[in-house]
Amino acid sequence: MSGYDTLLGEENEKHFLLGNEAIVRGAIESGVGVAATYPGTPSSEVGDVLSKIAKKAGIYFEYSTNEIVALEVAASAAASGIRAFTFMKHVGLNVAADAFMSVGYAGTKAGLVIMTGDDPSMFSSQNEQDNRHYAEMAFIPLIEPSNPQEAKDFLIYSFDLSEKTGSAVLFRTTTRVSHQRANVTFGKKMEIKNKSHFIRDQNKFVLVPANAYVAKDKLIKRFENLKEFSENSPLNVIYGNGNEWGIITAGAAYNSVMDAINISGLKFDILKLGFSNPMPERKIINFLKDHKSVIIFEELDPFIESKVRIIAQMNNINSKIYGKMDSYVPWSYEFNPDRVLAVFSKLFNINYSISTVNQDIKLPSRPPVLCPGCPHRATFYAVKLVSKQLRLKDPIFPNDIGCYTLGIQKPYEEADYLLCMGSSIGSGCGFSKTTDQKVISFIGDSTFFHAGIPGLINAVHNGHKFVLIILDNRTTAMTGHQPNPGLPINGMREPAPEISIEEIVKAIGVRYVKTVDPYDLKSTIIAIREAVNFDGMAVVISKRECALLRDAEMIRNKKWVRYHINQEKCTRCMNCVLNFSCPAFYVDKDGAVLIDPVLCDGCGVCSQPQVCGFHAIERDEP
Amino acid sequence: MKTVNVTIVGVGGQGVVSAGMIIGTATTKKNINTIMSEIHGMAQRGGIVSVDLRIGDAYGPIIPNGLVDLIIGFEAMETLRSLNRAGKDTIVILNKEKIIPFTVNIGDSPYPDIEKIVKEKDLKNIIEIGAVELAKETGNYQAVNMVMIGAALASGILPIEEKDIEDAVKSIFPEFSWESNINAFKLGIKEFKKIKGAYQ
Repeated sequence: MSGYDTLLGEENEKHFLLGNEAIVRGAIESGVGVAATYPGTPSSEVGDVLSKIAKKAGIYFEYSTNEIVALEVAASAAASGIRAFTFMKHVGLNVAADAFMSVGYAGTKAGLVIMTGDDPSMFSSQNEQDNRHYAEMAFIPLIEPSNPQEAKDFLIYSFDLSEKTGSAVLFRTTTRVSHQRANVTFGKKMEIKNKSHFIRDQNKFVLVPANAYVAKDKLIKRFENLKEFSENSPLNVIYGNGNEWGIITAGAAYNSVMDAINISGLKFDILKLGFSNPMPERKIINFLKDHKSVIIFEELDPFIESKVRIIAQMNNINSKIYGKMDSYVPWSYEFNPDRVLAVFSKLFNINYSISTVNQDIKLPSRPPVLCPGCPHRATFYAVKLVSKQLRLKDPIFPNDIGCYTLGIQKPYEEADYLLCMGSSIGSGCGFSKTTDQKVISFIGDSTFFHAGIPGLINAVHNGHKFVLIILDNRTTAMTGHQPNPGLPINGMREPAPEISIEEIVKAIGVRYVKTVDPYDLKSTIIAIREAVNFDGMAVVISKRECALLRDAEMIRNKKWVRYHINQEKCTRCMNCVLNFSCPAFYVDKDGAVLIDPVLCDGCGVCSQPQVCGFHAIERDEP
Repeated sequence: MKTVNVTIVGVGGQGVVSAGMIIGTATTKKNINTIMSEIHGMAQRGGIVSVDLRIGDAYGPIIPNGLVDLIIGFEAMETLRSLNRAGKDTIVILNKEKIIPFTVNIGDSPYPDIEKIVKEKDLKNIIEIGAVELAKETGNYQAVNMVMIGAALASGILPIEEKDIEDAVKSIFPEFSWESNINAFKLGIKEFKKIKGAYQ
């Protein structure tokens, strides 16, 4: 869309910003000098924007190979006296957890903020873990904004807090905060510094056991000190006064609670927590004492609730507390006003739900699909064909994190096991050892760099025998086309050395390595067949850029290629529709197969005899 | 002011999110508090895209069920799907375009008979528009979303004027596409008025 230069604007300007864009503005107003990430929904747009404007803002920004590297880049910059920011999706913090825990112990010099984008309801994730637990585990303060304006303002607060207390800060957004667009008013920009001089402090930064032993006690003291900050923080605020019932809430749940209150007409006092680890204990005690009954709404786990219950117990407070732990409030998924109203209905025995148009029509589902022209489709088709040709009995397809996870769908059904980034290779080792079934694993280029390489080293060293197909589409497609180490460009769009996947695979010692173009079905099928028959670890690199990138280039060059179906040659065998299944195909009322010219991106894979044996799919005359 | 709640639904690639941004930018410039929910990530790949836009006083980006004032439906079947969020007075603008999901192609279930269902539901405020044909007239096939915004504006429910949308287009889209987008927008307004006039 438009350039993101508006984010460099002046104080008091007001813009309609995505939460993640507001966070970038917050970083600029905080004087962040170094930012690093690995893309992941719902945090990706922070990097997308920085990738375009970091240089202008004077920030060093990089896409790191993975989240732990990103955290290490940021933490060391902060140890050198530069304000540093790293951001990732919730499961990314699992990858970075090793460094995260140690950063808790070591602390920081300049401000260090780690953002986790949690994904309640799992719009784009494999789980809905609540990363607030990490803050507790690492004795790191936790900040939870509710909307884009708060996301910007609270980030600035987080950097100040980090610097004042010497602790890193965990900044937790959720999908509905990161992907909420709203009016944001700018504040003053701070001067940005991205170069400094590191002053050795081994006792602090080198966590050998002797130093860690001392650091632990310091950590507990630092956390005690943080309690005062939380107690007096303007982020923990009470709205309303004198109502019998109170609500304690935080993050996006606050929005749903407020909308539900307005609809129901009920009256509550609200304690909104923006700084929730450590908890503002005295504030909680007073709030509990002031209210006979308190409901707690938070996404996702009863993180605040469990602490409130402990505080009540330790202080002999008898207020009635309702929440997830006693099943009054649902534990899973994000809230919306309707889900909050349902809790009110249950507690007050009045139906607050609003009637809607009866929609009892059964409609076909519309799951996301591989795009027209997607090179992954060609690879999945080729693998399926080889499996049939070689009569493989129940082949196992470990899959990985990326667009190609969509290989789970009919008609491909080439996803049998998936845990996390890189799991296709580690699990390939386990499956090939414990079964006599053929194992064919899929991993993307960015995911291979992120978490695949140790797995492949393991496979070769331990003598595992399976096929690994690396789907190299020359980008990190699913999260919005960020560059990865396999490309000659870095996060700031500067030229960068391209790391060769083929050379890495060879260097690890894989003896069958072949790079193919999946648009050439014949060679792809031959290579996959050879790999399946190979006695040892075999790797096929299926290399072809993401169709969306090629489409964009065709639009730029105004050269659009399309295919159509010659109805005289078409036998209506339906192979293209049922087995290749490009979304550009459709069947009309009379049963004729047609190609939608708007969707067709001219990849031409379907025109090859491996898909249409009747040569009925023809290229349009230019 | 009373909050105006707008849901925009469609399929990935139809410009649903940009449509929300255009309206939201226009209302923001008029100093009206505006909140919008967006869906990013995997859903973009030919899946359902739905945006909630809350213009006026609201806290969260999700519209409570039954309180949707206006549904702007970019695809026929997805418009029907969104009706379970509508109340009896909700205005529904339905683009007649059908985008067939692969679940229909591979024979899981048939694409619904839109006309029949619309009739059965007896919705009093539904307007059907052929936005694709109108967008084609402007030479910009991608301007379907602007036709739909035009129709939405003509419904009179949005607290903004033609010029506000035109300004938003200019602040968001690249210059070469301003003319076709604004033309598409105007065609949407005209078409809505034409159809509405025929009803009365």
